[in-house]
Amino acid sequence: MHMADALLSPAVGATLWTGTLGAIAYCTRKLRNNIDEKIIPLMGILGAFIFAAQMINFTIPGTGSSGHIGGGMLLAILLGPYAGFITIASVLIIQSLFFADGGILALGCNIWNLGIYPCFIAYPLIFKLLVKEDLSKSRITLASVMSVVTALQLGAFSVVVETLLSGRSELPFGAFTAMMLPIHLAIGLVEGFITAGVVNYVRSARPEIIKSTFDSKPLAPAVSIRKVVLTLGIAALITGGSLSWFASTHPDGLEWSVEKVHGSPELSSSETGITAMFEKIQTMTALLPDYGFRQEEGAEGTAGAKSWPAVNSGTSISGVIGSLMVLGTVLLIGLFIRSGNRSRAKG
Amino acid sequence: MSHHIIDFNNVHYTYPDGTEALKGISFRITHGESVGVVGANGAGKSTMISHMNGYLMPSSGTITIGDSKLDKTTLHEARRSVGIVFQNPDDQLFMPTVFDDVAFGPLNLGLPKDKVIERVNEALTTTGCFHLKDKPPHHLSLGQKRAVTIAGVIAMHPDILVMDEPASNLDPGSRRNLIDLLLQFRHSKIIASHDLDLILDVCDRCIVIGDGRIRADGPAREILLNEELLRENNLELPLSFQKREHKNKLNSTGGNMTELEKLKHLLKHWMEHNEAHMKTYTEWAEKADGLDRKDISDILRQIVEDSNKLNGLFRKAEEII
Amino acid sequence: MSAFNPEYFNIGHLDTLSYRHTFVHDLNPVIKLIVTLVFILLVVSFPKYEIQGIVPFFMFPLFMIIAGEIPAGVIFKKLLVVSPFVLFIGIFNPMLDKEIIYRVFGVPVSGGWISYGSLIIRFILTVSSALLLIATTSFPGICLALEKLRVPKIFIVQLLFLYRYTFVLAEEVMKIIKARNMRSFGKKGKDIKSFISITGVLLVRSIERSERIYQAICSRGFDGQIRLLKDFRLRGTDILFALVTISIFIIFRKYAIADMLGGLLI
Ligand SMILES: Nc1ncnc2c1ncn2[C@@H]1O[C@H](COP(=O)(O)OP(=O)(O)O)[C@@H](O)[C@H]1O
Ligand SMILES: [Mg+2]
Repeated sequence: MHMADALLSPAVGATLWTGTLGAIAYCTRKLRNNIDEKIIPLMGILGAFIFAAQMINFTIPGTGSSGHIGGGMLLAILLGPYAGFITIASVLIIQSLFFADGGILALGCNIWNLGIYPCFIAYPLIFKLLVKEDLSKSRITLASVMSVVTALQLGAFSVVVETLLSGRSELPFGAFTAMMLPIHLAIGLVEGFITAGVVNYVRSARPEIIKSTFDSKPLAPAVSIRKVVLTLGIAALITGGSLSWFASTHPDGLEWSVEKVHGSPELSSSETGITAMFEKIQTMTALLPDYGFRQEEGAEGTAGAKSWPAVNSGTSISGVIGSLMVLGTVLLIGLFIRSGNRSRAKG
Repeated sequence: MSHHIIDFNNVHYTYPDGTEALKGISFRITHGESVGVVGANGAGKSTMISHMNGYLMPSSGTITIGDSKLDKTTLHEARRSVGIVFQNPDDQLFMPTVFDDVAFGPLNLGLPKDKVIERVNEALTTTGCFHLKDKPPHHLSLGQKRAVTIAGVIAMHPDILVMDEPASNLDPGSRRNLIDLLLQFRHSKIIASHDLDLILDVCDRCIVIGDGRIRADGPAREILLNEELLRENNLELPLSFQKREHKNKLNSTGGNMTELEKLKHLLKHWMEHNEAHMKTYTEWAEKADGLDRKDISDILRQIVEDSNKLNGLFRKAEEII
Repeated sequence: MSAFNPEYFNIGHLDTLSYRHTFVHDLNPVIKLIVTLVFILLVVSFPKYEIQGIVPFFMFPLFMIIAGEIPAGVIFKKLLVVSPFVLFIGIFNPMLDKEIIYRVFGVPVSGGWISYGSLIIRFILTVSSALLLIATTSFPGICLALEKLRVPKIFIVQLLFLYRYTFVLAEEVMKIIKARNMRSFGKKGKDIKSFISITGVLLVRSIERSERIYQAICSRGFDGQIRLLKDFRLRGTDILFALVTISIFIIFRKYAIADMLGGLLI
């Protein structure tokens, strides 16, 4: 399930983007260091292959409706964690641009949700451990299903957390989780068996392909568990830090969801240190707009607070007229430029 | 210092899965020659071509490009001098626009930016693709794709141009353009193809490959008229000859092309060969001059003159027939 | 795995549009990317219950569609295809947040409906701006922009390969699907088993293709590095466009310009 821009707050979007960019930088460095040149076209082709495979629809068992695969775990298995992650990220970039799936801000979340978990959790901690040297059909099936299910559960759970932290949806934590996880368990099982089937097909048709993917170090360098833990720790730290800063500047975001989750809007005071620091950084960089922007409207979000437009309907009508004027002006400017396109094309 | 030579010496190649694709291939191709390589599907043409720039290394035997033996150390040099156009244009047009794709090779040669642009424009003009410059490959027709892949290779100014099935799936118009283009390229050419008419139009010499071995090697007109040899190798006479044969039947002048007619073709062919050689002798005479070896250049010029006389004799013989 | 919709994969149209030449198409891709990012960030930064302040932001997609000569229908269809998730998640807002916070001519409106409306507007704005970015900027242009923004080369290069071969493999898969549909009437042939074998064949062919591509790259002097001839100039128009659009966005984010303008008129 792809996260969408509309459900995100800038802080959550930016935080996940930071984590994702870090992971991309890390993976590209890894690849550069022990590059097998062959892998560059292979990554591109396998990414394109995922799209192609997504274009083939199949009937979902027991439902009669048709679906298509995600393919993240398949990429991780075929390419190894580093190249796999980069390829998944690229597939998602194309999806966000051409397919409008998610959006550009949510891309950070989507790469995180659909890339990090298969490549850096499911692959090293489940797939590799289960398969090891044993490339038998049943082993591959077991490992694929387990890792796809795990990766998807983590991804789905992340969607819940990201949505709640952004505070654009009213869905309570419990209900949202209870809705997302079972759906993704079912999806994961189907996708898991498909992934296993495809890997097994290649294994029997062209054993040397699967073998070389598994054996060759540059293609699938082993991920050390220590590093995974370390990376995730750092990621958690960054996330926690940004969230507390975010909490301090966005009363309608985290506080709201914390209220929903814990039943109390208060955050533990232990975080004020980091909060203060981030606040300072934010005033210095002023990258993200905060509530100072439209102070006259007061604090938003907390139920019952002075709400969106004043009850005086005069203001809102003037707002409608104003918006129409703005859009009309832009329309005229656009048409003017467009006529410029024409005369340029002729000239 | 000529790069324009390819020499295979008893080359064997076995694929990792055990398929013996080449079983002792030997030939030598020198400057200015244009050589057709024909053979049935799976004969080993593509495998042989993959050896010409070291993508595959022989299991045994040696390959010499220019004056150095092909191995890991000379790989780069070989790739600089041998330009290969592969069978499927989609596998070769990997950059997002035509311009980028043609620029890929020259950029790898380390040329400065303006030089690269110059080369790209020149190659695109030669192949008639200049107007496609900014298009993505997926907006091109097959014929256009093929022309762009050729542009991508000739932009690197290779000494030897190698093509694998350049005419497959082309419509007649595109095929004609391709032939004209190939005739323009003055360096050595090696063309693997099923399209024997194309070989007949473009090549002087022809090598027949069957089951990983060389079955015949000689003047194209001789080999491509040898029905028996072609049949043995699952090939057919070039269409242009089949038609002629057909006509002959209609005129009821007997079944096969007469020996005399064959000879006439051969004479024409020998003459073309001779002319090509004359060009080479002249070039070398100039080079010898440059090296201050007037003694050698004099002899070469003498050879040119004699070859010219030889041509006169060929022409005379042809006219009598 | 998710629901299947063929319209989702119709990328050819957008791609073809992106190679045109108009004022918008000819803008520097780095500039367009940055402006789009700023736009999206500002749109999603509006508080949950904001509607009036966001509406004027329709000016950006409107401008891109008109000046870039993009058929609005294409964008609209794509929006519809991907809307279900957001619509579904959002529909809980009116169900759960029933506090009346506003009256439109006396009719009470709950906070949930307002935040749902706001969500839908955000969805339309953010997704359409992403679509319009790609409809007015060729993908290679976007890759060059990413390179200018210091995204690692390896990443860019395989992204270019991905883009290039998406079209090649899409064509291949269309042939396979056609063959499948011809051979299997109705449901048969769309079961998971045959899906796996089709996908397996496609995968093996793709890997073999990548080997041939690697060979072609090598034979043109590939040495592990891919060099790009980038010649994107930053013109005065580009800088002006960025300055004007970004300042307008920020002003509209910061002040209720639409209200003021309307107020003047009334
Ligand atoms: N990658 C490969 N692995 C194993 N065998 C191969 C491979 N490529 C080609 N072959 C085999 O090598 C032989 C020669 O093939 P090829 O050189 O492609 O022939 P041609 O180009 O003349 O049609 C064939 O038997 C073919 O099946
Ligand atoms: Mg071949």
